[in-house]
Amino acid sequence: MSETGVKSTFSKSTGLPRKRFYRARAHSNPLSDSHFPVPISPSHVDYSIHFPQIFPDSSKKIQFADVGCGFGGLLISLATLFPETLMVGMELRDKVSEYVKERILSLRVANPGQYQNVSVVRTNSMKYIPNYFEKGQLSKMFFLFPDPHFKEKNHRRRVISPFLLDEYAYVLGVGGIIYTITDVEELGDWMKSCLENHPMFEALTEKELEADPVVKLLSCATEEGQKVARNEGQTFQAVYRRIVPTEQTS
Amino acid sequence: MEETEATEVAPALIAVHPHRSSVVVAVGYDLRVFDLLAGVGVTLLDDSSSSSSSSSSSSHKDSIRAIRFSANGKLFVSAGDDKTLKIWSPISWRCIFTLSSEKRISAVAISNDESYVCFADKFGVVWVVDITGFDANQPLLYKKPTPLLSHYCSIITSLEFSPDDRFILSADRDFKIRVTNFPKKPLNGAHEIQSFCLGHTEFVSCLAFFQAQECQQHLLSGSGDSTVQLWDVSSGALLDTCEVANKAGLLESNGNGKSEEHGHAVTDLCTTLDGLLVAVAIQSLQGIALLSCNVSAQTLTLAKVVSFDGEAFVPTCLGYASSARELWIVTGVSSLPGGSHPSFARVRVISGIDIEQKAVVVEDDKIPGGEKLLETLQGTASVDENAFLAAAEAVKTAMCNLLIKKHYPSESRESRKKTRNDRKLKQ
Repeated sequence: MSETGVKSTFSKSTGLPRKRFYRARAHSNPLSDSHFPVPISPSHVDYSIHFPQIFPDSSKKIQFADVGCGFGGLLISLATLFPETLMVGMELRDKVSEYVKERILSLRVANPGQYQNVSVVRTNSMKYIPNYFEKGQLSKMFFLFPDPHFKEKNHRRRVISPFLLDEYAYVLGVGGIIYTITDVEELGDWMKSCLENHPMFEALTEKELEADPVVKLLSCATEEGQKVARNEGQTFQAVYRRIVPTEQTS
Repeated sequence: MEETEATEVAPALIAVHPHRSSVVVAVGYDLRVFDLLAGVGVTLLDDSSSSSSSSSSSSHKDSIRAIRFSANGKLFVSAGDDKTLKIWSPISWRCIFTLSSEKRISAVAISNDESYVCFADKFGVVWVVDITGFDANQPLLYKKPTPLLSHYCSIITSLEFSPDDRFILSADRDFKIRVTNFPKKPLNGAHEIQSFCLGHTEFVSCLAFFQAQECQQHLLSGSGDSTVQLWDVSSGALLDTCEVANKAGLLESNGNGKSEEHGHAVTDLCTTLDGLLVAVAIQSLQGIALLSCNVSAQTLTLAKVVSFDGEAFVPTCLGYASSARELWIVTGVSSLPGGSHPSFARVRVISGIDIEQKAVVVEDDKIPGGEKLLETLQGTASVDENAFLAAAEAVKTAMCNLLIKKHYPSESRESRKKTRNDRKLKQ
């Protein structure tokens, strides 16, 4: 592609990348062997690439992870809501993660000093979460409008599953919160029951949900959420806190 | 593209009873047991294997992938590609329990208190069976396995309990070692991850713990990246890395143009002398590398390479008899491609494993159990010299095909997409 071709993928009015050049299939197979680079361990994650204004001078660690961040709507909202917190989006689809990367870069240019705390990685979080985060490093994890994988045969591809919750519980600190939302009732029930039955998670109370500013963003901040709202669809959310399991502490 | 047949060959395995009363070799579906005390080969008794099966009298119907004795030697477990796990009494050599798994079994472990048997399948799920209060003279009541934990769709290559049974460790082809707290009620699943040991850059092939009381926190792992690493289990911290293939001079000698990226995978590890010496088997090393381990200084260094004169012997599996300070070694393969030998196995013993390193390879006429043992475990007392290299090559190819991620060029990726199974159904 020529120079001008590359340039035109950005909107002239906003300077942001245009989504039509980053379309990708809605589904990606999380089971297939991946060939993108994966950090050997969390200490190998190069923060100065992701947060060039903050590193190498800081010793901060990423605290929020948006797993399957899509086009990054939630991250962009969170970046200004929690300007002191480092956050990362994880996306398996190469083109989509490229879009988010360009989006963040343009936002940084357009708003000096802002959006320095947000970045994106292209990875399969179902396989490589422990390669990115240390034990108890995260305080919030987001799973917004994940692929529903309706067929029972494909349930093991779902991003919330009883076994994967073990890994999420590992990277979340005690008290950390996992946010899930979907417009598919069946998947909503599934995610809720997975979390409910897991010994290391407990549901937030109604009061806590109301007090949490992030909960409101779940349905309105993401592209997928806005689409559901346009179609006046229903959403199903489950928000749970990481706790110390009662019986298993040895 | 590799034919699937090549991936199906399995390396020969060996296990030595903790009291050195018997030695077991598994080659393909064949389980061969030699009683060292009586000096005779043992016939296995298995009532569960239905007589209707025409293929053979053997208990397993496909390659055995994992065998092991329990820590006190009261149990022996075998499992493999036939999706069957069998528990044997090492006294009567009667099968006391048979279990069918949904998927092929790739690794097994027995808790040190002999209460639980765990096995891992090729989809990365680890299952647990409660065998508390078993009686080696009685068939066990059938119990269904329950899922304990899971690696996300990755082949689990090794499964190990920590010596104090606090942790269960699982290693996979995605370079990971997961350390999970083994709960008091494991039938509800093991959800609390203690740590991940991350540092290998290829599949992890084997794990080994130290038996000595003071260093039970330490773990050794071998990998397709030709290194052995020393870990602190509870923190997951990497303490030292020994580039065994490099140190043993394998990488330099490979200068004749043919650069084999994955030719020096560590295939097995065995701690001896409570962990002072670690025996390592490496693909393409015709011998055994002995590493000396200093736990307090946290170092792993190559002490010695013991080679087998006159034989191109590349070990596939190791076992240690602590009472006799012997290292039992096997090489072999379930089937040789195009050869007249359906299977091949060769057993050797290195005696005098001690810190002074007076390790000696025992000649066949001096081997414990003598010719009878070789006949039982190898199938024949004498082996065909030509089979060694073919066997080593077959095992190497099979391991690469199984555990190394395939790279497809972009052109063939498109054609592979077109021939996907789910598309085929529509047509």
